[in-house]
Amino acid sequence: MIQTGVARGTLADAERGTLYRVRRRVTFFARHYPLGFAGGVLLMMMITVAILAPLIAPYDPLGQDIPNKLAAPSSQFWFGADNFGRDVLSRVLYGARISLYVGFASVGLATVVGMLIGVASGYLGGVVDLVIQRVVDMLLGFPGLILAMVMVVAIGASLNNVVFAIAVVFAPRVVRLARSSALSIKEEPYVLAALSIGASHIRIMLRHILPNALAPVFVLATGYLGTAIVVEASLSYLGLGVPPPHASCGNMIFAGSRGTLEAAPWLSVFPGLALAFVVFSFSFLGDALRDAFDPRLRGT
Amino acid sequence: MTEVTNPPGTTASNGSAGPILEVNDLRMHFPVTTGVVFRKTVGTVKAVDGVTFSIQPGETLGLVGESGCGKTTLGRCVLRFYNPTSGQMHFRGESLTDIRGGRMRELRKQMQMVFQDPYSSLNPRMTAGQIIGEPLKIHRLASDPKQSRERVAEILSLVGLDPSMASRYPHEFSGGQRQRIGIGRALAVDPALIVCDEAVSALDVSIQAQIINLLKDLQDRLGLTYLFIAHDLAVVRHVADRIAVMYLGKIVEIAPRDDIYANPLHPYTQALLSAVPVPDPVVEAARPRQIIIGEVPSPLNPPSGCVFHPRCPIAQEDCSVDVPELRELRPGHWVACPKV
Repeated sequence: MIQTGVARGTLADAERGTLYRVRRRVTFFARHYPLGFAGGVLLMMMITVAILAPLIAPYDPLGQDIPNKLAAPSSQFWFGADNFGRDVLSRVLYGARISLYVGFASVGLATVVGMLIGVASGYLGGVVDLVIQRVVDMLLGFPGLILAMVMVVAIGASLNNVVFAIAVVFAPRVVRLARSSALSIKEEPYVLAALSIGASHIRIMLRHILPNALAPVFVLATGYLGTAIVVEASLSYLGLGVPPPHASCGNMIFAGSRGTLEAAPWLSVFPGLALAFVVFSFSFLGDALRDAFDPRLRGT
Repeated sequence: MTEVTNPPGTTASNGSAGPILEVNDLRMHFPVTTGVVFRKTVGTVKAVDGVTFSIQPGETLGLVGESGCGKTTLGRCVLRFYNPTSGQMHFRGESLTDIRGGRMRELRKQMQMVFQDPYSSLNPRMTAGQIIGEPLKIHRLASDPKQSRERVAEILSLVGLDPSMASRYPHEFSGGQRQRIGIGRALAVDPALIVCDEAVSALDVSIQAQIINLLKDLQDRLGLTYLFIAHDLAVVRHVADRIAVMYLGKIVEIAPRDDIYANPLHPYTQALLSAVPVPDPVVEAARPRQIIIGEVPSPLNPPSGCVFHPRCPIAQEDCSVDVPELRELRPGHWVACPKV
């Protein structure tokens, strides 16, 4: 027989299965990017806490307890209580839930829509590309927060409208990146090969170009998760985000800063810290992923 | 007239049926444009400029020439990756230049391509099985996933790979194995004609031999016809029945293999063949070599008359005026030079 020559290492890896390979990559990542790995672990913990908030939270986040209003942090109220006597810890837990939901949902929406539009724009070219790119230019012309504010003002403040508004801010950036990847991938011989076996343009875009354009967009999106959460907090702080009485880091910081900041700093400090933790974790992880993907982690 | 416009179809060995592929005065010119808002054409690259040839079923036509002479463009025109500027192409009597869309997709089942680079011609995100199975899916050649898997396994063993390798990704294979996957993908639709675009140039010499033997073996078993594009004259000599030599977008000589190696007539072919080194250093030092001077002219601005005349050792004044036609100087041996 002729084909004896698969590299030994690869063969062994393939035989030991997917789980082994994933574990090896995670170990590699942890060793080379400790900060990013720590960010990832912290995020996992926060996601777990956010999901389990109803089980963990000591109090109802909306339940008022007027006698205890503005109570300082103590063994009863770890993070203190706000001006309605609501437990700040419980509200931070529920607030983190909303922050993470807004982050993942808005970036997810922006990524999916942006990928599809960007790949189509780059692959089809011509007039389609021209029109899409001019619209993208227009959207990129606005500062992100201003654009999100305008969107929310136009369609009304609610949780899902905030998600939509933030997605509109990020989608054009994803479109740009996906388009540039598609432009280079469409010249690859395997795309020509797909054409020669009779694949339709839709099939080429979805099966051949999109999966290969995914890695850089994925890294970009991880970086945007933190930013999206900050934008949500900013909107909520300005009263354009998650409407009270529901808790979000942004509207809690805002509520705490109105007249009570000196008397009861814990109202703003704890949600602020929680926000900072989430955002730092996302950016550490995003940075590390970007570096790790650069020299092509694949095949190691 | 047919004698003149359709010369190289006249192989002695094959009298039956018609040619599987006929190309007639094919031209592929790429416009060179400038300007962002107001686009204007400042010139055309004449990548393929008036090429005529045909291929009989079951034969291998070798297409040789140096880089940039239009070999690849010609191959891609045949598969209609490009829309030719002018000229006709007929596949089994059906015009390739007029059809579009769905019918073209049907015809692509019968014409396939094997690519030069076995690394970039396979989608890194698909397994070998998915790559070979994709054409089956597109053309609905398998009624269910099980049948598709069986067919993929059959093709894998046909190209000399183990069917258990179907679940592996391209980066887990060696260059030669990847090229086998590329060949398998082309074979999946059961084609009649395969365009091999420098199919072995990117491989190690030892692997080249394996792939060439595989291609020849497949030709015998499946009755394939090849348009074999290459720049390696030794490789072409081994696989081709007939050889066409291209220079700057034109075919300058086309003849049966042994004839062209024993008796090259066109001065360019002579120079090309004399550039192949002889493995014996004594013979190599002693043998006369025909060295052509200068560089290949730009296809943007090709020389007038015969495109080879500025570098031709036997050129005369009228060579810069008259465009030479292919003439049949011996049975099946056509040369585009009036001076030989």
